[in-house]
Amino acid sequence: MSASAVHSLWTSAVGPIAKIDAPKIEYAQLAPTLIVVGAAVLGILIEGFVPRKSRYYAQLFVSSVALVAAFAAVVALAADGYGTTKAGIAAMGAIAVDGPALFLQGTILLTALVGLFTFAERRLDPQVHGNRVDSFAAQASSVPGSDGEKKAVKAGFTTTEVFPLLLFAVAGMLVFPAANDLLTLFVALEVLSLPLYLLCALARRKRLISQEAAVKYFLLGSFASAFLLFGIALLYGYAGSMSYATIAQVVDGTIAEVDPALVNTMGNDVLLLVGSGLLIMGLLFKVGAVPFHMWTPDVYQGAPTPVTGLMAAATKVAAFGALLRVLYVLLPGLRWDWRPVMWAVAIVTMLGGAIIAITQTDIKRLLAYSAISHAGFILAGVIATTPEGISSVLFYLAAYSFVTIGAFAVVTLVRDAGGEATHLSKWAGLGRRSPLVAAVFAVFLLAFAGIPLTSGFAGKFAVFKAAAEGGAVPLVVVGVIASAIAAFFYIRVIVLMFFSEPKPEGPTVAVPSPLTMMAIGMGVAVTVVLGVAPQYFLELAGNAGVFVR
Amino acid sequence: MSFPLLTATAALPALGAIATAAVPATKRTAAKWLALLVSIATLALAVVVLVRFDPGGDRYQLTESHAWIADFGVRYELGVDGIGVALIALTALLIPFIILAGWHDADPVETGSKRWRPTQGFFALILVVEAMVILSFEATDVFLFYIFFEAMLIPLYFLIGGFGDRAHEHGEKAAATQRSYAAVKFLLYNLAGGLVMLAAVIGLYVVAGNFSLTEIAEARANGSLEMSTSTERWLFLGFFLAFAVKAPMWPLHTWLPNAMQESTAPVAVLITAVVDKVGTFAMLRFCLQLFPEASKWATPVIMVLAVISIIYGALLAVGQRDIKRLIAYASISHFGFIIMGIFAMTSQGQSGATLYMVNHGISTAALLLVAGFLISRRGSRLIADYGGVQKVAPVLAGTFLIGGLATLSLPGLAPFVSEFLVLVGTFTRYPVIGVIATFGIVLAALYTLVLYQRTMTGPLRPELAKMPDLRVREIAVAAPLIVLLVFLGVYPKPVTDIVNPAVKQTMSDVQQKDPQPEVEAAK
Repeated sequence: MSASAVHSLWTSAVGPIAKIDAPKIEYAQLAPTLIVVGAAVLGILIEGFVPRKSRYYAQLFVSSVALVAAFAAVVALAADGYGTTKAGIAAMGAIAVDGPALFLQGTILLTALVGLFTFAERRLDPQVHGNRVDSFAAQASSVPGSDGEKKAVKAGFTTTEVFPLLLFAVAGMLVFPAANDLLTLFVALEVLSLPLYLLCALARRKRLISQEAAVKYFLLGSFASAFLLFGIALLYGYAGSMSYATIAQVVDGTIAEVDPALVNTMGNDVLLLVGSGLLIMGLLFKVGAVPFHMWTPDVYQGAPTPVTGLMAAATKVAAFGALLRVLYVLLPGLRWDWRPVMWAVAIVTMLGGAIIAITQTDIKRLLAYSAISHAGFILAGVIATTPEGISSVLFYLAAYSFVTIGAFAVVTLVRDAGGEATHLSKWAGLGRRSPLVAAVFAVFLLAFAGIPLTSGFAGKFAVFKAAAEGGAVPLVVVGVIASAIAAFFYIRVIVLMFFSEPKPEGPTVAVPSPLTMMAIGMGVAVTVVLGVAPQYFLELAGNAGVFVR
Repeated sequence: MSFPLLTATAALPALGAIATAAVPATKRTAAKWLALLVSIATLALAVVVLVRFDPGGDRYQLTESHAWIADFGVRYELGVDGIGVALIALTALLIPFIILAGWHDADPVETGSKRWRPTQGFFALILVVEAMVILSFEATDVFLFYIFFEAMLIPLYFLIGGFGDRAHEHGEKAAATQRSYAAVKFLLYNLAGGLVMLAAVIGLYVVAGNFSLTEIAEARANGSLEMSTSTERWLFLGFFLAFAVKAPMWPLHTWLPNAMQESTAPVAVLITAVVDKVGTFAMLRFCLQLFPEASKWATPVIMVLAVISIIYGALLAVGQRDIKRLIAYASISHFGFIIMGIFAMTSQGQSGATLYMVNHGISTAALLLVAGFLISRRGSRLIADYGGVQKVAPVLAGTFLIGGLATLSLPGLAPFVSEFLVLVGTFTRYPVIGVIATFGIVLAALYTLVLYQRTMTGPLRPELAKMPDLRVREIAVAAPLIVLLVFLGVYPKPVTDIVNPAVKQTMSDVQQKDPQPEVEAAK
């Protein structure tokens, strides 16, 4: 059969179809994402065409300009009223441009910018053969410990690909909380995850642990993606559509007409419940909530610390954004079904994270469990199902992500001969040796613990208040207990830094370049400002508290 | 707009702290003088507050109110009543003595790093605590109060853990371990109490919709804000627990002996004479005003716990081997009296309790600071290591004795007046509890006089033969405190005049009248 015959068969089988409209894309409203994707593609071209020596500077320039420009675009959109009055659906229903989306995108872009600074840091590791190096492997493809690796190190190679990878991940994160249909949600999830899997494997020191972490993350992440995808399929079977709004309408019964192709499945509640359960499970994995948290400590520990910081901050923001939209836009009709489940998840997450963290001896693992327990606090706000709940979560995410990225940036500074000294015993007496670094880290720890006058307290208060007003008083009580437990291990680190005798062969604190200093400085500034004068930002989050359907 | 006097009183030490912390490492003495001058200037401001305050005027005076976090319903609202004024004056008064007494406590032992500046840190932290304590006496917004109530734990934590008493029987290393244990215990107890209060604060917001003490109290009084009995009781318990930890009341007291034992004498004074007063003050201001019904409901239990504190603290004080631990248990006993006075719900009891807070602050400061001078001479806190000190250091022994006599409430010294008032106030309503509490005074005489007898009298121990008497700086600390003790003992009117109107108002909040003396009708 000739090609033209096949073609005619196919067209005749389907029959004359209505004219397909050219897709209408609102480029201006999608500008933040488009800028970042464009810069990522440009970054790949730089890898191909720019000489090795200048790549670092070119990449750094392109990435930072792109992130700043994208942030400016978000601000412009918000100023134009897209967060409130002009909020709507763009790109043929695939993307929502509304208050929460813009707020989260702004947060992600700013944290990514701070994260970029830590990615680009080149003064911490000692120079190798006269070349300044960063925290990433000289050559990702060389086997750890092999001759190839030695050659690559000797030649002074650096993996400048991390910059476009970062940008791709950020692009995925920007779309994730704005996705307004399930397929876009899935694509965004993959776009943000795949570069992160790669980045996790790229540590310069302790490469085997780093690669192990990446494999773990990849395997578990693929499982989570598969669950999510399966859930999407079931939901499609239930509603005959991928769009959030349509599914929500089918759930609450506004759309009753049945798609003839799905006559056997549509409206079947089993599909709805199982499908939404699997969907939420996939999102809770990315959030790092118990019982889907198993990957967090290993990955946080093994990944290069700048990547850990980015994951802990920006990825969490994106994932919570997506979770919020799914629960509030897609499944509001199912509120009475998912609330009890989420109650349980929030409780075990708060308590589990806090209790397990007590026994940790590695600072990165400690921060990982602390991140889990914070995910529980945020879930308490998610459960409120009120506009205050949404805005409290938005505020908490913004406050928390800067503390996190700052804390991980400090972790990169404390080093001994083997690279970063992450074992807690090595942090003993740090407060005597370098009071400033220890004091800054103490500020971050106090913010994690939620001590008043830090951003952590304002965030925690906002979330608990929303939860209490939403009728979840027991959740607040559990949250308070978990905070008390968590305070113990944050304080323990402070004790170690300030009240323990320094070890004779303890780690030194490297003097970083202005890049890391800027990252840490921004972390401290945001922590203090959001702690002392949070009103402006609370208002911002409050105005952004309505999802578009 | 008038000059924000209350803000200035707190802002001055806060700014002074920043300036002190910024003094270069080599200029240690300059930092000390700066801190001292700032604290004296704060005292001057506190005196201005005292003078400007009109006891017969409005309930809250010198008020300030600014928008702060509208989304949480929080305003920056300050205002003082008579009780607040008295305690602000006490705080501002004691801090210069604390700084002066701790003049050499934070001199660096080793210079490992050029950036390690313990002296600057020590004095800056003391000023930070002062600022936060003053603000918590001034705040009339529950949230604002909570913030400083919690935040002051952090500087105190560093003061206890970072600058402990170096005198330890098992050497420097053991001292460091115990110090950090004491600091962590202090923080965890208070943080846990505070977090329970946080839940109650949120609950209060859900019920009332704002945090303004005056608004909520007014709405409660005129009936526009209804609270179910169980809600009110839960919220009351949330608040009370935090204050009872801070005060501290038996059985939540165990952090205090550790913290006082391990910290330097001036820091111990800061904790027990200044910071702990926030707990008892807050019971008067927040528990009674916001939850009058629940306060009355809880009174019997609290009275029993208070009387247990009195007897238990005194008994344990008798058995201590460590001078500072002894004073810590004595303080627990005294806090029992204060709490008893507050919850006796009589005007004598509450006036007495407020007066007690002030007098206890001064008398403990006198006793403990002199004890600190003694300990620094010998390098030991154990009572058994002393004996016959009055032969070589008569001035030290004399001031120590007066401080001790004040602690046991000798008539003629300030604490007597307040203890008497508290007991009178308790007797009229709870005679049995009053009788039991009186035994606390007997025990106080026992532990104080035994302490004096064992350390100061008897044969002089040979290793103490060269012990110098009080220096000029140390006399400058002890003498004014003793003068005050005598003055307020003979003439307490200035304080009671300020305090009494505020107490009357608190009494009317809980709708309590003093019980009238009953005369049995002749048959």
